[in-house]
Amino acid sequence: MSQHHIVTPKTYVTILCCLFALMALTIGAAKFHIGPADQHVYNLLVALAIAGCKMSLILMFFMHVKYGSKLTAVFATGGFFWLVIFFTLLFADYMSRIWNSPITPNPYGG
Amino acid sequence: MSSAEAQTDNPHLAHHFESVEQQEESCTLGMWLFLAQEVMFFGGLFMAYAVYRYMYFDAWYAGSHHLNVSIGGFNTVVLLVSSFTMAMGVYFCQIGNSKWLFRMLGLTLILGIAFVGLKWWLEYTPKFHDGLFPGSGWGPKGHYADLANFKDQGALQLFFIFYFIMTGMHAFHMVIGFVILLVLMWMTKQNKFGPQRYMPILFFGLYWHFVDIVWVFLFPMFYLVT
Amino acid sequence: MANDVVHGPDIPPRDYTRPEINYLNWRQTVGSWLLSQDHKRIGIMYLISISIFFLVGGTFATIFRIELLTPEGDLLQADTYNKFFTLHGVVMIFFFLIPSIPAVLGNFLIPLQIGARDVAFPKLNLLSWYIFMVGGTLGVTVILIGGLDTGWTFYTPLSTSYANTHVFLAAIVIFITGFSSILTGLNFLVTIHKMRAPGMTWFRLPLFIWAHYATSVIQILGTPVIAITVFLAGVERLWGVGIFDPALGGDPVLFQHMFWFYSHPAVYIMILPGMGVISEIIGCFSRNRVFGYEFIAFSSVAIAIIGFLVWGHHMYVSGQAMYSNLVFSLLTMLVAVPSAIKIFNWTATLYKGNVVWATPMIYAIGFIGLFAIGGGTGLFLGAVGLDVPLHDTYFVVAHFHYVMVGGMVMAYLAGIHFYWPKMTGKMYPQTLANLCAILVFVGFNCTFFPQFLAGWLGMPRRYHSYHEDFQVLNVMSTLGASILGLGFTIPVFYLIWSLFYGKEAGSNPWGARGLEWEVCTSPPDPHNFHEIPIVTSEAYAYTGEETLSE
Repeated sequence: MSQHHIVTPKTYVTILCCLFALMALTIGAAKFHIGPADQHVYNLLVALAIAGCKMSLILMFFMHVKYGSKLTAVFATGGFFWLVIFFTLLFADYMSRIWNSPITPNPYGG
Repeated sequence: MSSAEAQTDNPHLAHHFESVEQQEESCTLGMWLFLAQEVMFFGGLFMAYAVYRYMYFDAWYAGSHHLNVSIGGFNTVVLLVSSFTMAMGVYFCQIGNSKWLFRMLGLTLILGIAFVGLKWWLEYTPKFHDGLFPGSGWGPKGHYADLANFKDQGALQLFFIFYFIMTGMHAFHMVIGFVILLVLMWMTKQNKFGPQRYMPILFFGLYWHFVDIVWVFLFPMFYLVT
Repeated sequence: MANDVVHGPDIPPRDYTRPEINYLNWRQTVGSWLLSQDHKRIGIMYLISISIFFLVGGTFATIFRIELLTPEGDLLQADTYNKFFTLHGVVMIFFFLIPSIPAVLGNFLIPLQIGARDVAFPKLNLLSWYIFMVGGTLGVTVILIGGLDTGWTFYTPLSTSYANTHVFLAAIVIFITGFSSILTGLNFLVTIHKMRAPGMTWFRLPLFIWAHYATSVIQILGTPVIAITVFLAGVERLWGVGIFDPALGGDPVLFQHMFWFYSHPAVYIMILPGMGVISEIIGCFSRNRVFGYEFIAFSSVAIAIIGFLVWGHHMYVSGQAMYSNLVFSLLTMLVAVPSAIKIFNWTATLYKGNVVWATPMIYAIGFIGLFAIGGGTGLFLGAVGLDVPLHDTYFVVAHFHYVMVGGMVMAYLAGIHFYWPKMTGKMYPQTLANLCAILVFVGFNCTFFPQFLAGWLGMPRRYHSYHEDFQVLNVMSTLGASILGLGFTIPVFYLIWSLFYGKEAGSNPWGARGLEWEVCTSPPDPHNFHEIPIVTSEAYAYTGEETLSE
């Protein structure tokens, strides 16, 4: 059984500090408006990117994916990959709905 | 039969596995598949969230600015630390220190309860009290009175529906975690874990870290809409 | 220790003696069945359960087929009719089609075919059956206390705001039953990855295993989404909030997106295992190695992946964006490619084969024909322009029954007839079984082909009355359904009869290849194998010399 990798407390502490730093970063980033004035998607992208980094750190070190087999890594990321598929085709619908509506440029009034 | 030979070596080897490695690898894979299914379960909620955020950004902006970033941020710290203590629990189990394993599990439990407690007493209850419960009782008042002037109350309700459902589903997963933690702590007291048998601790850790990851996304999605 | 059992190219001699101790008789109390963690017993428990649900679902169909004999709504009132077709759909899809082959034959065969003693998690396997039965019991409760009338699709806001039936309880049923399907899929994936016998490499696996691998991927990645979708719909109905209600700012089309993100791949949960069974049978009874093994294997995986990209073709007339319609239409054409690859390869397997017309083979050949029609008409409906007039007509009903009944149920019956001797050790009366297979094929076509015509002429689905011009077609359909019903009923009797009076089948009555036939007794040992075999040969190493046992 002891073939399993033992991660040292030092690594865990380092990762925890990184997570705190990233959390501070995401709260800080939310205080600024990023990108063109009429666009709010850039703030979202920054927030998602930071959350993605935090997730990777937790997955790799706390959840030992870095030390596990490739198969584990595939299964660990498979769900997220499927969500990307879901998101892409879902938003293909919502974002193109306004294209064929000449009367109301944005049907959601926003 | 090789399984019979192995069984005499290790009481934890189930009859249908040929070796301990096979059993461990199977269980690890099974646990990750369970988590993949959890990703899709929460993922469905995130997709619905994304669609309505895209449709009703103004309501999302207004709603988000009535959530308390300080409490949310503090809770994030609490949860990240609990993830850390859980990871340390796995470490102590691997090096065979049952005493500290027990303490780490206890600490994880306390931090988890703190998270859910703060959420309930400081976030949910005041909102219910001031009319932010979606449905027929909807009617922002008191601390949230200015939300009553928001033009699209339906969209605003949607924000709070998703706030309650998604954070509630997350908290529900944590409560399940509490029960399992209690069982694991009891089993630790019985000396059931050690360097030769730490898989249950490791797997619960995976679950706990997954719940943490969900919060890592929920926090900016609800508290930090800019 | 050394394994003495080597599974190689030579066919071992048949074993005609029934093993004194086998999985059926080694423990005989009721508790030993209800608490059994043996994958074979759990498979049998699923077999009995889903047969009962099939009877329930079939009864609803029988009654509304009788109603449709006349254009007027004289036997059933409109709302009763709504309940009947809804319950027919819910029971057949969630309690028969989705669990049928994976939970019965998959459970029984996967460990036998890969050379394992059990699935990876026997306790979870038993749990999945209990979850299924809890869901099933609640489902029967829904039926008994007044039913459900939203259609199996639960479209909002009908289901959440307007329906006066037991939508909330039905949502719970779907939620719970989904987890039984997830657990089965999880178990199979781990089993296939980690429990294969020495020498059983990925490309020596029977195609049945590849099909179940692909199915399990869909079960794990798709089913949670339907769970959360019905959860949201349940919340909306219980608290009167507007998650999907346009009056309160929600978007009903979002419900359809989330619903079909699972429910389209779910049709592949239903058909892929069927395709696995057909691959086994076609190989065995043409005495040929299955042509294009790798193509069939990878086409299963391709179907599982592409199947997730096409859900929007159910929503062409629901208010989905026009451009989205075009993309989904294109992607739908893609998913036909791997299905067609399978059909062509099965047909090529027959070429110069030594074809044996045993009962499973008759079903399998029927499957190929009916599935080709069902899949082909799916392309009609996948083409966005043609779908607009055909949407919600009987053409759609006929299409998916050709896939689900003509495909899946035929494959299920084929599989049951193929593996019955293995499961029970007994042989059923084969002439009668052949006759029944033909009866099912004829009855099926008489039932559903007229519905293509009625749909093409514009008869809408889901109404209890219709224009009298359609009566001839509907009478034909109901007559066909009577033949079909007979074809489904007779096997129940002769299969049960065979348990008591059937001939001993012996270990390998069909002269088939594979661990489950060559290394296993009929019925198998409680632990499947006396020793785990070492595999040294490819799957389907048929020589053409194999014979049926007499």
